[in-house]
Amino acid sequence: MELILFLITALIAIVGAVAMLVSRNAVHSALFLLLNFAAIAVLFLLLQAPFLFTIQLTVYAGAIMVLFLFVVMLLGAEKVEDTPDRIAWQQPLALLLGLALLVVSVVVGLGGATNPPPESEALIQFSDPRTLGALLFTDYLLPFEVTGFILLIAVIGVVVLNQRGRKI
Amino acid sequence: MDALTIPPVDLGLIAPLLVVVTWATGLLLVDTFFIPVGRKKLTGYLAIAGLVVAGLVGLPLWGVSGSTFGGMVRLDPFALTLTWVFLLIGILSITMSLDYLPRQDIEQGEYYPLIMFAVSGMILLAQGADLIVLFLGIETLSITLYILTGFAYPRLTSEEAAMKYLVLGAFAAGFFVYGIALIFGATGSTRLSEIGAYAADRDLGDTNLTLLLGGAAMVLIAFSFKAALAPFHMWIPDVYQGSPTPVAAFMSVGTKGGALAALVRLLFEALPTLNAYWLPVLAGLTALTMVVGNLGAIAQMDVKRMLAYSSIGHAGYVMLGVMVAGEQRGPEAFIFYILVYALSNLGAFAVLIALEHQGEEAWQLDDFAGLYQRQPLLAVAMAIFMFSLAGVPPTAGFMAKFYALTAAWEGGLPWLALVGVLTSAIAAFFYLRVIIRMFMTEPEGEPAPELNRGLTIDIVVAAAGTIIIGLIPAPIFALVERSAVALGG
Repeated sequence: MELILFLITALIAIVGAVAMLVSRNAVHSALFLLLNFAAIAVLFLLLQAPFLFTIQLTVYAGAIMVLFLFVVMLLGAEKVEDTPDRIAWQQPLALLLGLALLVVSVVVGLGGATNPPPESEALIQFSDPRTLGALLFTDYLLPFEVTGFILLIAVIGVVVLNQRGRKI
Repeated sequence: MDALTIPPVDLGLIAPLLVVVTWATGLLLVDTFFIPVGRKKLTGYLAIAGLVVAGLVGLPLWGVSGSTFGGMVRLDPFALTLTWVFLLIGILSITMSLDYLPRQDIEQGEYYPLIMFAVSGMILLAQGADLIVLFLGIETLSITLYILTGFAYPRLTSEEAAMKYLVLGAFAAGFFVYGIALIFGATGSTRLSEIGAYAADRDLGDTNLTLLLGGAAMVLIAFSFKAALAPFHMWIPDVYQGSPTPVAAFMSVGTKGGALAALVRLLFEALPTLNAYWLPVLAGLTALTMVVGNLGAIAQMDVKRMLAYSSIGHAGYVMLGVMVAGEQRGPEAFIFYILVYALSNLGAFAVLIALEHQGEEAWQLDDFAGLYQRQPLLAVAMAIFMFSLAGVPPTAGFMAKFYALTAAWEGGLPWLALVGVLTSAIAAFFYLRVIIRMFMTEPEGEPAPELNRGLTIDIVVAAAGTIIIGLIPAPIFALVERSAVALGG
């Protein structure tokens, strides 16, 4: 049952990634990336990491993708002109590095298969959203609140700098 | 599920910080709803009041030591004295902005709360006892300064400065986070004291210790960037030149004080047993900083850029105290130097502001020609600041340099003290050059710049402080001696 679920989501993730690469319209690319993110979120769920699942959905699929779409649409960059790459060696290099990454991950994956990680109850407990949330409100209370202020400052900064530009 | 048990929190220990932060937040709202455009100076006065109140709230905390929030922040006399110094820096910076902003036509009420937030970041750095808190303190300070640097936004130089600072600062922040991750991976904690205990238990050559050293190196890079130690100083001249002058003044003393205060804690709480590794590195950086800063300043004909290079050089002298902070003299020299440097440097920048006309830059050496005949008081004040920065007696700068150099000498770094003496001799050249221009050349037909109230107060306070601390340093010595006691171990 788990294997079937895994195969389906993995397939969706790969299809999403490939479609993102080949589609000529930047908005379509972004939407395919969204599909890919969602599929990966489900994979996290299968790995019993519910916290990563929610983070993947809210932060990546939610916030970051919306930002991407905004920028793409604001800049009117949805249509790609066929300009030749200015840096000629970029493509072969990317291919080479990609292959190297694939090889490494296969080697590590095979090595890991002979030595499976221990099923750890503690580890699952540790990544439990409830535990993490509790930590934020107990041990990490001060950093949590300071972060809030940093975000406030950033918001003020955006407003301040924008007002100035408009007035002149 | 189990009920959450929040560890005991003693808000009293972070009272000054709380006052600054809540006051700034409240001030933002007051400024938006109640203070009409054109009367934003009122916001500035309220901000100053807030900083003063924060300082007063700190008074009963003198002598109190303790930590709260599960050991995340600590209050001791060292942190409290630094807090007062930082509040003073904030007050002086706001005072000199009061007239600068409308004159440059960049006045916006948010400026003053932002300075307060920056000060709160510095206080957090002085009190932080945990890597995460230190990181957040640095970020609070930096993000505020990114905004303030770009505050004169339509001016291209300001925009350029903000962009440079943002990109390089984000890069440094990345180093900091990587460093924290490595240190956490090695020791399983971000608490400075726990890291220190862990490192003390291990023998050299332990894999985890190597990992810890790698992380520490990255964190040190981030600190060196913030405090502008060579070779991480490249951004300083451009950023100072481009940002609004009061912001540059604030930055030159603020980031240095905050970042190095945190560095003192990091080095002597988390890494004291590893000092065989970091001491040579930091000593090398310090020597390089003193040489690069002071030699670089010689070539500058632009006084604002000259002050930027001189601030790099002074970072080196402050580091003298930081590196030997394990001894009693070290933290003393550190606090004393920060205080004196703040007074002299803020004063010098205030004089620069006084010479600036609207939208014009009057930072060339020639703009100072014959200043004595145009504005005798301004020229005398500038001379005091220059003497102090150069370290000429009887100004406070001499005392501070003397303190820092003796601390380094006694702390086992005599060669570094020698480098310090030699570079100060070089530095005297470019500081005295300004004085010679002011007193011994004819004015070039410039109209006398107008002095206004905020600036006058600023310059008078800074000049008086510089002279008084130089003549009767005993009370300040007593203060820093008692502040440094608690750090001892």
